Amino acid sequence: MSVAAPRGLASSGQKPIAEVLHPLAAAEEPLSPGPDVTVDDGGDQEAVLTNGTPVETSSPASASSLFNRLQLEDDLEADARDLYVSTETRDLFVTVDDPKKHVSTMETYITYRVSTKTTRIEFDLPEYCVRRRYQDFDWLRIKLEDSQPTHLIPPLPEKFVMKGVVDRFSEEFVETRMKALDKFLKRVADHPVLSFNPHLNAFLSAKDLNKRQGLALLTKVGESVKQVAGGYKLRPRPAEFCAMGEYLDTFSQKLGTIDRIAQRIIKEQSEYLTELREYGTVYSSWAGSEEELRRPLEGVASSVTTCCGALEDLSENMSQDFLPVLREYVLYIESMKNVLRKRDQSQAEYEGRLEAAVLRKQEDRTPLPLEVEKCQDKVECFNADLKADWERWQSNKRQDFKQLLTGMADKNINYYEKCQSGWESLITLLQDKQTEDKTSETN
Amino acid sequence: MMAESGSSEVAVIGNVDLTSTELENNIINTVMVERGTALLRRMEINVAEAEKRTGKNTVNMQETYTVYLIETRPAETIAEGGTPAAPDTLWRRYSEFELFRNYLLVTYPHIIIPPLPEKRAEFVWHKLSADNLDPDFVERRRVGLENFLLRVASHPVLSDDEMFLRFLTDEKRWKEAVLETGFQDKVDSRLKSLSAMFRVKNPDKQFTALKHYSDDLNTIISQLLRVRAKVADRLYGVYKVHGNYGRVFSEWSAIEKEMGDGLQSAGHHMDTYAASIDDILEEEEHYADQLKEYLFYTDAVRSVCRKQDLIQYELEMAVQDLSTKKQQKEELTSGTVRIFSLKGMTTKLFGQESQEQRESKLEALDLSIHEGEEAVNEKNRECKEFLQTAWGDIERFREQKDNDLREALISYAIMQISMCKKGIQVWSNAKECFNKM
Repeated sequence: MSVAAPRGLASSGQKPIAEVLHPLAAAEEPLSPGPDVTVDDGGDQEAVLTNGTPVETSSPASASSLFNRLQLEDDLEADARDLYVSTETRDLFVTVDDPKKHVSTMETYITYRVSTKTTRIEFDLPEYCVRRRYQDFDWLRIKLEDSQPTHLIPPLPEKFVMKGVVDRFSEEFVETRMKALDKFLKRVADHPVLSFNPHLNAFLSAKDLNKRQGLALLTKVGESVKQVAGGYKLRPRPAEFCAMGEYLDTFSQKLGTIDRIAQRIIKEQSEYLTELREYGTVYSSWAGSEEELRRPLEGVASSVTTCCGALEDLSENMSQDFLPVLREYVLYIESMKNVLRKRDQSQAEYEGRLEAAVLRKQEDRTPLPLEVEKCQDKVECFNADLKADWERWQSNKRQDFKQLLTGMADKNINYYEKCQSGWESLITLLQDKQTEDKTSETN
Repeated sequence: MMAESGSSEVAVIGNVDLTSTELENNIINTVMVERGTALLRRMEINVAEAEKRTGKNTVNMQETYTVYLIETRPAETIAEGGTPAAPDTLWRRYSEFELFRNYLLVTYPHIIIPPLPEKRAEFVWHKLSADNLDPDFVERRRVGLENFLLRVASHPVLSDDEMFLRFLTDEKRWKEAVLETGFQDKVDSRLKSLSAMFRVKNPDKQFTALKHYSDDLNTIISQLLRVRAKVADRLYGVYKVHGNYGRVFSEWSAIEKEMGDGLQSAGHHMDTYAASIDDILEEEEHYADQLKEYLFYTDAVRSVCRKQDLIQYELEMAVQDLSTKKQQKEELTSGTVRIFSLKGMTTKLFGQESQEQRESKLEALDLSIHEGEEAVNEKNRECKEFLQTAWGDIERFREQKDNDLREALISYAIMQISMCKKGIQVWSNAKECFNKM
């Protein structure tokens, strides 16, 4: 089990320029294989690739950098595949469970138990158990977005629920939300870069979260936009990112349609259930006025009741398990789109500055400022991160939907199996009666 | 209830190749044939086909109607390799069946006359056509008419009726013959029946109970049919909405690489699922028809009860009449007026009659009393006979009803199981596709 350096190209936002190694610079001290983790905001991370080469920022013209970049991409692909395959090498396990209600004078809220098991040296202890509320998860997400703007952060379930429409403390709501929070945390913990984020560490281990830094006033979107200096004209997206954007739009649309269909089915099933219940009672009622037919009629009523129960279970399952996961993916798509937009802005800034610099160069021969190179690096990092995340997201999406849809099929199969056995027991009952009658006739 | 044991029961449960519709028909027809009336022993009866005809009706307007082909052939065992004899055939329309049934109602008032299939489609769920010319409706009606003929043919009393035989075999002159029986004159007026129902002093307890049971059965089956139609409607909706999954999976598969094939095939299965409901509900209509037959049977039971009321009432009236006459005689002989009558009063006021007058009156009364006594005896006999024959048929009917409805419930359960199996199949197929995503 390798407590390895993060795979893929790791980068954090505010890396001071001094620490970036230029390919033509003098030999440097070897970088540590793992990132240093401090609890400061935007902690420094120095990262190294699995093959040992330091992270390089380079100008496009450099041949060696081109070569390195190609290597990078090979590694990226391998890493994307590897990540999917080698879940056995996971060294950080998180779970969200055990919801509890807290009542104080000011407010009522729910906390969840967050349990962690890990062998990573970034953590002081191998196990942690803390209680967190939704606010805390939200804080974590914002911090992750701020400190890792080039990465896709998994979505949280909806923050606001309309009071009076949804009961925030009902068992179903809490259960659904908890599952979504669990999923969120697991996705973060499985991410090669995000899982090493110091905020995650704090979230998982600290007794009390010190959230005072920049929480209340900043919205998710606002903070992330602040990253990039605004005002640059947007440039056309490179083809591969265009394709991503189009895919996301269409996919989001299709998920919306599936959501609507599922809701419609639930509604139709509920109306069917109402009629079916009445149907069963008519048979019971009829049984009351019959002699010979009493048992068969009661049997039919009972089979119908079995079907009603099975149908209730099916509908409930679709509401509780299927729809929330579907909706969460729509949020996930929105997150991904946001990351694409941030990338666009990053590209806009770079190309804007480049244009300005080129013009100035033409005028008075000043060389390209370091700033421009910095921007270029940023764009390239961003692109690489995004592509890596995209691959990971695609493969997770495939797994998630496979699971979701086979689950739906299973529940439907289950429903029909229950109904079938209900009717089969009726036939057995009636058959027994027939043989009973026959033997009494012959006697 | 079936002469064969064991093997045919296994066939009922295990054999799902035959649709339960056919199975059910076979069971009932087998039972009726095995019940063995003389008629059925020598003749096979089918309503084989239906055809549309157009012609001019009584008010000389063009109309379209359906005719049904009645086939009869001798019921002899066919030698191996031999072909069945060609059947005798004739065409009849629904109104002729109705005429024939009315004849039976009047001629055998103590028998519960089998009902005809409904004239117009009722208790339809919305997708089902209420059009009399709809081929599905016509087909179900064909089955219902065959059922009617077999019920009559298997009845110990009705099967011997001459008009029945002519209905089956004499295309042209049957109608004339049945009208010549003058049955239409013997129809009891509705008013007479109704008033009898209300004025009977000593209603027969058993018949009263039967009346109530019949009313209850009518109510409950109507309710059941109504709710069943609503259930069918809703179930249709559930299945059809799943068809939308087919479309969206197909569209989604277009933007996926590895997931595309799995999604696309799963979508096809969803389409199959949505389409499967049509056949399922069509088959369920047969169950509804079986219920309807007994719904209409309750009307026939009520007819018998009403006739019994009428006869009872007439008996009571005859008894009352006789008693009044006897009283009058007593008064005349004793000279006391116990019963107020105008004649009595005028006699008192305006003087007695002569001895001669009294004598002739007495004679007339005696005659009248004698006639009255004969009338009472007659009515008594009629009443007893009716009770006996009717009750025999009622017992027969009860047993038939219990057996038929029980079989209907079994076949309904089989239908439901078949529907569940289809559901499991489709979703299993879809699951396989999802697994390949």
